[in-house]
Amino acid sequence: MSELLRCENLTKDYGGFRALNGINLSLESGKIVGLLGPNGSGKTTMIKILNGLLTPTAGKIYINGHEPGVETKKIVAYLPDNIYLGTWMSVKQIVDLFTDFYADFRPDLAYDMLGRLGISAEVKLKTLSKGNKEKVCLILVMARNALLYVLDEPIAGVDPATRDYVISTIINNYNPQASVLISTHLISDIEQVLDEVIFINNGNIVLQKTVDEIREENGKSVDELFREVFRW
Amino acid sequence: MEWELDKNRPICPQLCELLCVQIANGELKPNQRLKSVRELALLAGVNPNTVQKSFEQLERQGLIYSVRGTGWFVGETTEKAKETVNEIIRKKTAEYLDEMRKLGLDTPTAKKYIEEWDTDE
Repeated sequence: MSELLRCENLTKDYGGFRALNGINLSLESGKIVGLLGPNGSGKTTMIKILNGLLTPTAGKIYINGHEPGVETKKIVAYLPDNIYLGTWMSVKQIVDLFTDFYADFRPDLAYDMLGRLGISAEVKLKTLSKGNKEKVCLILVMARNALLYVLDEPIAGVDPATRDYVISTIINNYNPQASVLISTHLISDIEQVLDEVIFINNGNIVLQKTVDEIREENGKSVDELFREVFRW
Repeated sequence: MEWELDKNRPICPQLCELLCVQIANGELKPNQRLKSVRELALLAGVNPNTVQKSFEQLERQGLIYSVRGTGWFVGETTEKAKETVNEIIRKKTAEYLDEMRKLGLDTPTAKKYIEEWDTDE
C-alpha cells in the first residue's frame, strides 16, 4: 500500500469565510474512505480542490505525488454532486465522449453495467429518470481504471434500491491499487462498506479512524457517533 | 444464510463468528471452498478488506486455510469451530445471566424462566 493522497495545511478562504482550516491528511491505496460531515463542513470544497476546480488559499494537496493538474486528472475519477453531462446526448454519445477523453476508460465495462440495468445505448439522457441518470453518471466514473475515485454525495436523493446498487457497484469495482473517497451525510447506509472514516466539521478534521476502531472503542455505530459529535 | 450484522459492533469479529457457526453446524463442509472475498463482500454488503481480514483471522485460528491463487477452504476438521462456537454460547449465557442479576433474578430463577418459556411466545 502506498500513499495516494496527502494534504498539508490545506486552507481555503471564501472572502472572509474560512471553509478549510489547515487540513492535514493522508490516504493510502486500497481503501474505501468516507468523508463525513454536516452540510457546509467543507467536504465539497476539499473535493473540488482535489479535482483542480478550486485553488487552495494556502497549503498543498498531492495526489500520487502530483499537485492537481493534467497528471492527476488522468488518475482521478470524479463524480460531482450534480449532473454535469449534456442531457441532450444519448448514452452512446456520452460513452464515446468518455472514451475520447480518458485513456483509462473501459467502454466495454460501461456497456456491460448499463446493459445489466436495462439502459439502452440509444436512449437520450434527458428521457431517463433522475435515479437512472445518476446511475449512468456513476457507471461512467466507475468504468475508468483510475487510482482514486472521488464520489461526492453518490447516495443522496436516490431510493433505497438505487442506494444498494451504488454500494454494490463500489464493492464490485474494488481493486487494491485504487482508493475510493465517498462524501456523504447518509452514514448508516454506507458505513459497513467503509474501511476508514474522516469526520470534518467547520473546515477541520475532527477524527480519522477505521469503522471497526470506532465501533470497538465506542460500542456504537459510526452513524450514532456522528450524531453525538455533531449534535447542536 | 443471512448476513445480519449488528451496527454497534465491529464488523470483522461478526463475520468471523458467522463463518465459524457455518463451519460448526456443517453448512460449510471440511475442505469446501469458501466464497471469494469479493463475493462475500457483496453478499454481506461489507468492505472487501474486512472480509480479507476475517479470513486471515480464521486462518490464524486454524479454522480455514488458503491455497495460493485458488482461494480459501474450510479446514480438515470442524472441532476447533465447534469449540469456538461453544465459547461464544458460554459468553452470551454469562451475559444473559448478568442481565437477569441486574433485574434481581438469581441463576436458578432465571433457569425457571427459560424452562417455562413457551417457544410460541
